[in-house]
Amino acid sequence: MSSREQQIGDVLLDLQNVSLAFGGVKALSDISFNVREHEIRAIIGPNGAGKSSMLNVVNGVYTPQQGSIVFDSKTFARMSPRRAAEMGIARTFQNLALFKGMSVLDNIMAGRNLRIRSGLLAQALHIGPARREEIRHREFVEHIIDFLEIQAYRKTPVGRLPYGLQKRVDLGRALAMEPRLLLLDEPMAGMNVEEKQDMSRFILDVNDEFGTTIVLIEHDMGVVMDISDRVVVLDYGKKIGDGRPDEVRANEDVVRAYLGVAH
Amino acid sequence: MGFFIETLVGGLTSGMLYALIGLGFVLIFKASGVFNFAQGAMVLFAALSMARFSEWLPQWFGFESLILANVLAFIISALVMFLLAVVIERFVLRHLVNQELATLLMATLGITYFLDGLGQTLFGSDVYSIDVGMPKDPIFVLENMFQGGVLLNTEDLIAAIVAACLVAVLALFFQFTATGRALRAVADDHQAAQSIGIPLNRIWVVVWTVAGLVALVAGIVWGSKLGVQFSLSTAALRALPVVILGGLTSVPGAIIGGLIIGVGEKMSEVYLGPMVGGGIEIWFAYVLALVFLLFRPQGLFGEKIIDRV
Repeated sequence: MSSREQQIGDVLLDLQNVSLAFGGVKALSDISFNVREHEIRAIIGPNGAGKSSMLNVVNGVYTPQQGSIVFDSKTFARMSPRRAAEMGIARTFQNLALFKGMSVLDNIMAGRNLRIRSGLLAQALHIGPARREEIRHREFVEHIIDFLEIQAYRKTPVGRLPYGLQKRVDLGRALAMEPRLLLLDEPMAGMNVEEKQDMSRFILDVNDEFGTTIVLIEHDMGVVMDISDRVVVLDYGKKIGDGRPDEVRANEDVVRAYLGVAH
Repeated sequence: MGFFIETLVGGLTSGMLYALIGLGFVLIFKASGVFNFAQGAMVLFAALSMARFSEWLPQWFGFESLILANVLAFIISALVMFLLAVVIERFVLRHLVNQELATLLMATLGITYFLDGLGQTLFGSDVYSIDVGMPKDPIFVLENMFQGGVLLNTEDLIAAIVAACLVAVLALFFQFTATGRALRAVADDHQAAQSIGIPLNRIWVVVWTVAGLVALVAGIVWGSKLGVQFSLSTAALRALPVVILGGLTSVPGAIIGGLIIGVGEKMSEVYLGPMVGGGIEIWFAYVLALVFLLFRPQGLFGEKIIDRV
């Protein structure tokens, strides 16, 4: 555990007093927490607690009414999806959002989009530098495909893959961006035990091998307690707990939110 | 036999013209998942712009050269289509990100009527002509093989070649470039495309511009054949069966679909027409499309849609 603590670095993402409302509905009120470099940070909470909204604020899909987002020491009142992607924030989706008509390879290659430098004409004509660039990106993508153990499905349209594998492709596409911060929205939702174990292993390996900082939303408490360094607990858009897994587990508010109050 | 080949070639060339319009549908569908009802209106709008500018420019600047007038009119019309794409993105599509497809479909229906009206307000509502100097004289080939040879319409032939080139370029663009991949990505999922840093707005402008240019080429070819008039807008809907047959997501599908419809129309008119009475050409394509919808709704080359229940 101590060696793990030594690896964890400075604050990479800092959310300060973020509030988000849709019309009259308060999705997030005054939320602050930070994520350190190389950390695995979990966001948990009952349904409707505002977990996905939280990710969407970081990712730039939603604009918070109040508060600011500090990423890599730069302060923003709002993100845009494009800027978030450019700064190295990647994400996966709760309900798969893959490019269903495209092959596994093309889906993951699409994740390299921002890194492709050659012009349109050069690409179309497949001339020297553009071709070398394509090969370089392809190599990186093959590395990810090996890593996620989906070699056999390279050319398969993702729409035809079973659910668990689609989740992996979703992760692969995010990894292709070589992100500094990876947001995982319920990466294990709807999986069986075996698939969950696989996915947990991939998440830990990504964190370990690529040094990627990870924020994940997850319902399975066992998984959360096992793999995360620190946990934020949301309930009805408010932060009710924050700390190491064992601290959070002992927190009375958290227990009450999950189990209800004893009458 | 000579007559059969003549009918076949006639069908193939007119099929290429349908394909040209079908291509416009496919482009926008591939990149936004929306069936663009306004494609026909865009063809009319582009054709009007082309016809009127090639008429106005020599008047305004006092030159006579037909080629110069056509080249300039083409450039200006291309710019007009680009501006149109920017305006459509800025005022319509941008506000409809992540909305239901039915909403987007209705929006294109709105664009259709707006464009029909705007075109006639700006360019007038008479019948105009486009003369890009295509040779109109038919030629005879294979005269030593068949009695009387085979009569070919050169205008159609050139149009078919133009369409074929356009298709080849677009197919390569979609399959083999990173931008093409980005376009396909946007078509499949807006949110996911955004998350990997694909700028939706720019992609839409690119796609609508390309569809606009395809509409311009189609408008010039059809316009010089039939004259530029309002019916061009509805004539474009005759390309609808083409994309149903070929599959809405396939560029090559649009071509093959066009050819099948073109040949089917001509053949049925010539060989079945006398039996069932004339006019079969008008509805044949739609019946064929209906049959396809029953047995192969994704078209010949479209992506098969698999939904979990």
